[in-house]
Parts: sequence; C-alpha cells; structure tokens
Amino acid sequence: MSTQTATGRFGRFGGRYVPETLVPALLELEEAYAAARADPTFDAEVARVLREFVGRPTTLTPARRLTEAWGGAEVWLKREDLAHTGAHKINNTVGQVLLARRMGKKRIIAETGAGQHGVATATACALFGLPCEVFMGALDVERQALNVFRMRALGAVVRPVESGSRTLKDAMNEAMRTWVSQVSDTHYVIGSAAGPHPYPTVVRDFQSIIGTELRTQAQAAFGKLPDAIVACVGGGSNAMGVLHPFIADAGVRLIGVEAGGHGLDSGQHGASLTLGTEGVLHGSRSLVLQDADGQIQEAHSISAGLDYPGVGPELAHLAKTGRMEVRTATDDEALAAFYEVARMEGILPALETSHAFARGRELARELGKGKYLVINCSGRGDKDVATISARGVPPAVGVKA
Amino acid sequence: MSGEIAKAFARAEARGEGALVAYAMAGDPDLPRSVDVFTALVEGGADIVEVGVAFSDPIADGPVIQGAAERALKAGSTLRRVLDEVVPEVRRRCPETPLVIMTYVNVIMAFGEERFAKLAKERGVAGAILPDLPPEESASLRATFDAAGVDLVPLCAPTTPPARAEAIAKDARGFVYCVSVAGVTGMRAQLPPDLSQRLDLVRRAASVPIVAGFGISTEEQARTLSAHADGVVVGSALVRAAHAEGPDAARALCANIKRGLKR
Ligand SMILES: Cc1ncc(COP(=O)(O)O)c(C=O)c1O
Repeated sequence: MSTQTATGRFGRFGGRYVPETLVPALLELEEAYAAARADPTFDAEVARVLREFVGRPTTLTPARRLTEAWGGAEVWLKREDLAHTGAHKINNTVGQVLLARRMGKKRIIAETGAGQHGVATATACALFGLPCEVFMGALDVERQALNVFRMRALGAVVRPVESGSRTLKDAMNEAMRTWVSQVSDTHYVIGSAAGPHPYPTVVRDFQSIIGTELRTQAQAAFGKLPDAIVACVGGGSNAMGVLHPFIADAGVRLIGVEAGGHGLDSGQHGASLTLGTEGVLHGSRSLVLQDADGQIQEAHSISAGLDYPGVGPELAHLAKTGRMEVRTATDDEALAAFYEVARMEGILPALETSHAFARGRELARELGKGKYLVINCSGRGDKDVATISARGVPPAVGVKA
Repeated sequence: MSGEIAKAFARAEARGEGALVAYAMAGDPDLPRSVDVFTALVEGGADIVEVGVAFSDPIADGPVIQGAAERALKAGSTLRRVLDEVVPEVRRRCPETPLVIMTYVNVIMAFGEERFAKLAKERGVAGAILPDLPPEESASLRATFDAAGVDLVPLCAPTTPPARAEAIAKDARGFVYCVSVAGVTGMRAQLPPDLSQRLDLVRRAASVPIVAGFGISTEEQARTLSAHADGVVVGSALVRAAHAEGPDAARALCANIKRGLKR
C-alpha cells in the first residue's frame, strides 16, 4: 500500500501552497531528488556517512525491566538517541545536505524547535563545509540553551525569532521568508516530514532508515515483525521514519503519540491529529490547530519539538484513514515517563520521546504477553535537563521517608 | 471576469496614467478607522484598492505588514467582519473603485471557498489575491471564483521561468501581479535591474493588464516602472504611513506616487 496518490498528495493532504517565488525551487528540488535517488552512488554515499559518521545502524535494545514492570508485551527500544548528535534528526540532515551539495547550493538554512534539528543541520554543514543559519523561536532559544550553544560551537549562526508565539511555527515562517529572498543559492533543510512537496517525501525517505533497520533487527531479535510500533509525533519525522516501512504490513499496529500539553480540554496542547481541522500551514494541506476564522492557534507542549500546531500531511492521511492510531500524553505524563525510563532502563529520553514512553504501559498491557512492542526512542534527554530540573528535584526512590 | 478591474485600468490609461493599486490592512488600527484609510487611498488617486485580511502566519510578508496583521487580529478583524463592515462602507464611499481582497489561502478555506466567492460578490468585491496559492494548487478555487464572477489574480515571480510566466499571463484573471523582488513585502531602495525586461515579457503574453508590486514606495520608482507595466502596487509604504501618521499621510503618498505614474 502506498499513501502517495498524486504528486505530493497523500489522499486529501499535502500539496505545495507557497509563494510563486519558491515554486521553481521546489520543482528543482523535486527533480534533483529524483535524479539523486536514481543514482546508486548517491545512496551509497548517504549510507557511508550514516555508517562512518552517524554510527548506524542504531541498536534495538530489549527493555527488560519496563517489560516486567508493565506486565504485558515484550518492550524493545529502537535507539535513535544513540545516533550522533543524540536524535534521529541527523538521518535527514545528512541526506539533505548531501543533496544540496549535489545541487550546487552555497548555503544552508533551517528552522528548529528543540534545537535537535538545528544541531543536526549545523553538524552536517560542518562536516561538508557549508555555511549554516538556523532560525529558532526566542522562547525555544531560552528553554533549549544547551542546543543553542552546540549550534554556535559547530559554526552555525542562530537567529532568534521574536514574532508570534516565538516557537517552532514562527521559526518556520521566518526560515521560509528568508528562503524566498535567497532561493537561488540556498537550500532550506526542513526538519520534519512537513512543509510543501517534496519535503514530506524527502524527509520521510531519509528517515525511513529507522524502520528499514528495525525490520531486519526485529527478525533477528525475536524472529518476526513487531506487533506494534509507537512513536511521538511533532511534525512527524521520527514517526514517519520508523512507521513508513511497515505501512503495508497489516499485522503491525502503528501508533503515534501527540503532545497533550495541559490536557486536551485546556486548549493548550499540540494535538493536531486529534483535534486539528483541515487547513494550510507552512506549504501543505494537513490537520492544523486553528480557530473558526482560519487563524493558526498557538500550540503548547513541555517539549519544544512537539510544540507545533501542524503535522506532516502523510501522517494526517494515515490518521484519517485509520492506518495509524493516535493517542496523546500530557506534560505531566511525559515527565513521569522520563523518570520511569531513566530509572528502569538507564536511559534519559528526550521530552519528545517521553511522550511515546508515556503510552507504553497501556499499550504493552493491551497487546498482552507474547507480543512485541517497539518504542521509537527518538532522542536523548540531555538537552531537556534544564526544563525538567526547573520543575523540581528528581523524586527519590528506594528510600523510605 | 468582473469587468470592473478592466474598466479601472482603462480609465487610468485614458487619463494618460499608469494605475495605482494601493494596499492597506483591514482592521488596522481597527475596522472603522481602516475604512478611513481605504477612503484616503482613493482620494489620493488609487485606481484599485487591495483590502488586506489578516492571517496569523503571513509567510509572504515583511515586518511592516506582519505588524499590521497583528494589530488587525488584536482589533478583532476576521474575513467575515471585513466583508460585512469594511467592504460595504468603502464601496459606498468610493463606488467607482474596484476592491480586491488580499489574504492567505487558509483564511478562505476556513470560511468556505464557495461561501466566500458568493458573499464577496454580493458585497461588491471584484477579485482576490492569494500569495500562497500558486497555479498548480489554484484550479478548483479559480473555477469557483469564475462561477461567482470574482477574479483570482495570479502572481509571477522573479524566479518564474519565461515559459511559465507566459502561461500564467495568458491565462490570468483581472490583472497579473508581477512580484518585483525575490523576497517578502516591504520597501526596497533598489529594484532589480532585470525587472523591466521581465515585465515586458509578461506584458507581451498577458491578456489582461500587468502590475509590478513588492518593494515600491517612491514616485521615482513608479515613474521608471510605468513604462513597462500598466500600474504599480504600493503596500508596505502606505501601511507604514497610515500607521505612523494616519490616513492623511497615506493620501499624500498616493498622490505622490500618482505623479510618478503620469505618462
Ligand atoms: C528527540 C526528538 N524527538 C521527536 C521530535 C519531534 O519531531 P518529529 O515529529 O519530526 O520527529 C524532535 C523534534 O525536535 C526531537 O528532537
């Protein structure tokens, strides 16, 4: 089963809703991408960099203590937190920066929320010697200070964006505005499976290495495909990456977890698949959080990477057609999951990733013993320690008061 | 075709002038006072008025129009209220001047494409410009607008290859909006040197008048461009004038630019 119906369309979603100035650049990108994909030396180079530099394949780790504690399906973790720079984002930036170089582009721009995509872009630019400029909402610059330092250390220019909600959505607006004025020599590395065609396809393809590796690793580890795979959903790149290679496998349940923020009825969340309505944001038609007049609403999440009122068009299609199940986790549930995973498995997951873990227990129990649940561990939580510690000291365990 | 837009260009042409297409943001600083701004644009000599309807995420706009959109949203501007409270009053005061709605496609989608086309026509709107709706995505919306008699004005960009620009121009409704610079809206001290050549190409292919817009703010720029286009669009400079000094300043700037458009 393919979700692609026409050029850049996933059912009703997708498309290319951008100023005319950008259309020729998107056509050029589409063509260059198709040519690169048809050229075996390109795939070989991407694979080489992922192996030598990123450290792929990432491992599939059994989560033994969580399995025992949750008392249901056997839980395994796909360890994107072990990829260089600490999240799945690098899979896409290596691919796109190599593509940009092939297209003869002289500079790179990107948007970032949590800063992981910004760091991954800055890293790929350092590796291949291209100048890099990263747009980041001013609020995110504050709450992801570690990643801001990392980007600057890697030689990137970080531009805080003061407009709107001062988060990812506004960073993306500003990156697009900048791209419009420098489009001839600049490549815009979009960090999620969102944006105008061909980005949702390009990002999904570069991220699909996650699911492709998982297929082989699952066979080797437990002799079959997983019964269910769960990933957190911001714009959708780690989810599309791990889930896409399994779309045709009807026996594999695909589950996305969105940011529930302060709760779905609080109006402060990032649950665009659950509560969004059809609209156009950042170049594609998808599900967006908006009011009745078509004004985009501010999202909220404790995790900057899920603090986005839109979602990639292919995920909207998978959710609307029922192929993917959608759940949500609140800020508090994600925080609790962060500590649970830290103490049970010795892994500090990113706050984004913690949302996927927060639904782990109920999914493991629903599936039951003898089944296999894979959680996509999209990134590590070092970047989030300031946010988390601001909420108080870690709860003590094993000590009676 | 509304026909109204063609007539406005013809009137300017008959007077030996290029047309001034003047933009302001509905609801900036509030709905009633923006009516005064639109009226001032016409008194200053605007031949066609672009009525901006605010969107929360205006990716084609620079800081001046972004600021105006934020103020308009704060003042409670919505597409519905602009059609109910701004458009009819501007039509009453300036019955000769065609009004063109400028907004982003999501605002129209949320309202309902057909519902918008019908109500816009009823209220006296002649056309619409949607900067994030390129030709590939516009077929169904344009058919809806055509059926209602509202012109969906297309845009051509500096990056648009010649064959594509000609195709856009041949098939245009109302007029062709030629974006002068690769970038967002906002005043520019200098316009690209190849602009006149691009305008000539579009003009040769077009079945309707063509205008240059983005970055234009002075009489001198208008004079240079009026040899290559049927008119110019002025936006950010008027929005800034109206915001900083009120309708009189916007009226004066229109008159100024009109002088540059005399042939
Ligand atoms: C570790 C991690 N996981 C998930 C996300 C969410 O993005 P996406 O939905 O594109 O995977 C981010 C975004 O910054 C991230 O850093």
